Amino acid sequence: MNAPLLVTPVPASGCAAPPILRERGQREVFCGLTGIMWLHRKIQDAFFLIVGSRTCAHLMQSAAGVMIFAEPRFATAIIEEKDLAGLADANAELDAVVERLLARRPEIRMLFLVGSCPSEVIKLDLSRAALRLGQRFAPQVRVLNYSGSGIETTFTQGEDACLTALVPTLPAEPAGAAASLLIVGVLADAVEDQFRRLFAAMGITRVAFLPARRAADMPAVGPQTRYLLVQPFLGETARELENRGATRLAAPFPLGAEGTTAWLRAAADAFGVADAVFEAAVAAPRERADKALQHSRRALRGRRIFFFPDSQLEIPIARFLARELEMELVEVGTPYLHKEHLAADLALLPAGVQLSEGQDVDRQLDRCLAAAPDITVCGLGLANPLEARGLTTKWAIELVFTPIQGFEQAGDLAELFARPLNRRAALEV
Amino acid sequence: MQLTVWTYEGPPHVGAMRIATAMTDVHYVLHAPQGDTYADLLFTMIERRGQRPPVTYTTFQARDLGGDTADLFQRAAHDAYERFKPAAMLVGASCTGELIQDDPAGLARALGLPIPVIPLELPSYQRKENWGAAETFYQLVRTLAGPHMLPPGTVRPARAPGEPARCNILGATALGFRHRDDVRAVKDLLARLGVAVNVVAPWQAGAADIARLGQADFNVVLYPEIAGLAAQWLKRAFGQPTIATVPIGVGATRDFITEVARLAGVDATAVLADETSRLPWYSRSVDSTYLTAKRVFVFGDATHAIAAARIASEELGFKVVGLGTYSRERARDVREAAGRLGLEALITEDYLEVEAACAELQPELVLGTQMERHIAKRLGIPCAVISAPVHVQDFPARYSPQMGFEGANVIFDSWVHPLMMGLEEHLLGMFRDDFEFNDGAGSSHLGHGAKPPAGRPAPPSEPVETAPAVAATDAEVAVEVMVADRPIVLSWAPDAELELKKIPFFVRGKARRNTEKFAGERGISPITVETLYDAKAHFGR
Repeated sequence: MNAPLLVTPVPASGCAAPPILRERGQREVFCGLTGIMWLHRKIQDAFFLIVGSRTCAHLMQSAAGVMIFAEPRFATAIIEEKDLAGLADANAELDAVVERLLARRPEIRMLFLVGSCPSEVIKLDLSRAALRLGQRFAPQVRVLNYSGSGIETTFTQGEDACLTALVPTLPAEPAGAAASLLIVGVLADAVEDQFRRLFAAMGITRVAFLPARRAADMPAVGPQTRYLLVQPFLGETARELENRGATRLAAPFPLGAEGTTAWLRAAADAFGVADAVFEAAVAAPRERADKALQHSRRALRGRRIFFFPDSQLEIPIARFLARELEMELVEVGTPYLHKEHLAADLALLPAGVQLSEGQDVDRQLDRCLAAAPDITVCGLGLANPLEARGLTTKWAIELVFTPIQGFEQAGDLAELFARPLNRRAALEV
Repeated sequence: MQLTVWTYEGPPHVGAMRIATAMTDVHYVLHAPQGDTYADLLFTMIERRGQRPPVTYTTFQARDLGGDTADLFQRAAHDAYERFKPAAMLVGASCTGELIQDDPAGLARALGLPIPVIPLELPSYQRKENWGAAETFYQLVRTLAGPHMLPPGTVRPARAPGEPARCNILGATALGFRHRDDVRAVKDLLARLGVAVNVVAPWQAGAADIARLGQADFNVVLYPEIAGLAAQWLKRAFGQPTIATVPIGVGATRDFITEVARLAGVDATAVLADETSRLPWYSRSVDSTYLTAKRVFVFGDATHAIAAARIASEELGFKVVGLGTYSRERARDVREAAGRLGLEALITEDYLEVEAACAELQPELVLGTQMERHIAKRLGIPCAVISAPVHVQDFPARYSPQMGFEGANVIFDSWVHPLMMGLEEHLLGMFRDDFEFNDGAGSSHLGHGAKPPAGRPAPPSEPVETAPAVAATDAEVAVEVMVADRPIVLSWAPDAELELKKIPFFVRGKARRNTEKFAGERGISPITVETLYDAKAHFGR
């Protein structure tokens, strides 16, 4: 039996700052456009139109592996020479593309114009285009814009940019509304439902999720809104919510039994849920989570893990692996570290852990190879080359695409790390 | 602007990466923002390479745009040289790098690196992947082999008597559709002819190998999209003739052997007599009778589309009803090939146009790319993949070439298997009224995915293309069809609908379509059994 998990009180930001290695150089990460991969599945009547180059279209198609879908709810308006040379009015061209698109997909209710590196560099004003097209297609289609460009965003920041664009369009809470809880960040539908049931068991019923599954169901926000982030990469969204008067509930992220308990606890405290009620609500699922972790703990205990930066989920995941699965953290890289939002997770990391922010991939590879960790978490561009050098790797991308939050997923999250090790042990070729 | 759901080709710098990655000691420094590093994983994941591609990205960010991106480029190029010590360096910009106009060529020159540095001008907003690969390979060849060019007016010295003819094999790249296996297949053929291989490039070649390309007697160009330009230059610089035939299919392989033998001055009789392809016999075997005049739609890169059309019509007895390519640079060759088959070629890079053409033609088999695989799936038509864009399944573990006689064997299997096998199809037709063994039951080899179209295949979501049944009742099925741009509602009499179901499912979609077209043009409604057979007679199938 493992010892019951204790939740350390959440410290204020800025304390317990571990040393951070900041690097600048070649990065091996996706750009923010790839957030569309899960956003277009989450908001079911939204369409994402990237205004970019052939590279953007190629990225979405081949790197993101979307060819498994019959037809995705995204496309690219490819900028051509004539748009750059001023031979065509890029705005008129964009309008024509949008018209063709909406004729082909009449079920679309929300259209995001997504800026890319080339559209940023040539300063194509997509916010004006969104305004113009929004007026033209109202009320059937709402048109918004954000940037997913690689010069502005990495990978999961695309979700932050998308939600940031959504926040100003959210309806206002009616005057005199009771306090409500807003859960912010894309979760799998099943996970959303689990959380909803847990909050209901605590007596918190005014709960909404951002983004909603459909464009018409986006939640209201106002001074009575208390919000909890489910992802550590939603810094701008949080800022916009606060501009609307909402208040963030500080908590570790809901990964693992401990993280999920503390995350739910933050809501319970804010809504005055009695301890006994909270315990009654979480006891059974937390026990299930503990049990589910035991199996993987045998494979992972004492193993050394190295994180390349990818999704910004690295720090809460490292906290989970170190505390609940007893792994040893060699280096925890993250593309960007939001000290305030990650304060609770940082405080729970073992003392002296090496954090790194940003990336110089060649140097980081040198460190990784020198450290020879038992398992390395990295993007797809590095995984096979590291495997070929005898290292065991975990593709970081699954951490974004797989439901990992909450009690019921704690075992699955651990399993993602145990499986590559078990596989390597099983192979005799 | 061009609206695209999917794209057949990547940007030109990905073409350049395919050349650099194919080679052993060339490094590419690419002025690009961080997102462009996605291209690495095409090689490490799709092709399952064990090494990272030899590319350094400068990774500029928005905050760099004010000032020091040029400095960033120079530092990246300098560091890449120090770390990787390549024998030659390619420098260039991706689509965003191009917009910031930093001049990688000049910046790299200013570094004074002690190796050849080859600047690449790849206009991202005009050109695409294959063009980028061709241009990169050409620039590499010109820079590295150029110093060994024959002085003007000189003629290649003749081969010493008894010395075997030597050729280069050009065009195979990293991330190429079966390139790895094609090189092996072609090397085997050449070895059997007694022709020596001077250099294979860019596949597994080093800079020094490129420098000695001029020592061969002639060039074998496997993929004209990629090596055509370089081969033309080699012809001018070294007087090397080019083998124009791409040996995909039995006929093309025979032509290739004959052409090589002529240039190499060897006797090909023995090699031709000892042909190792089973395709000619399998195609003649009685089981293949069902392949006769199967209607096929072909779309891919020019090399593979042209080859596929020839194999389909000459070697498998199919009827090619559509032929097209996304390779605009080789549109003329494809138009000629289509003309020989009495067709108008479809030249487009718009996936939606290909989808519309395919829906219109209602072929029984699609030979296309991964994109046509999706189109075919939607339309309920069997499909085999013949061309890039590549997918992880185009890098099979087994030896699986497209070229040479073994390639013809591979092609026979992979094209014919998606169709019902002959005897099986024949029995389904004979016993189609049997309650267990009928066409609705599908064929066992198609496994769980087998779901022959119950009625007409699902129409694509082109609003004007076709419309689904609008008022289906038990008694009659009404259909809206477009005739001369006007929608006309047609209905099917119940007995005609029953009669239609007696037509084998693999031609039923076509029959329904033809009948509705026939009825629509003549204003006949409801469609009766008579109309069905009148239409059948009219269209003569």
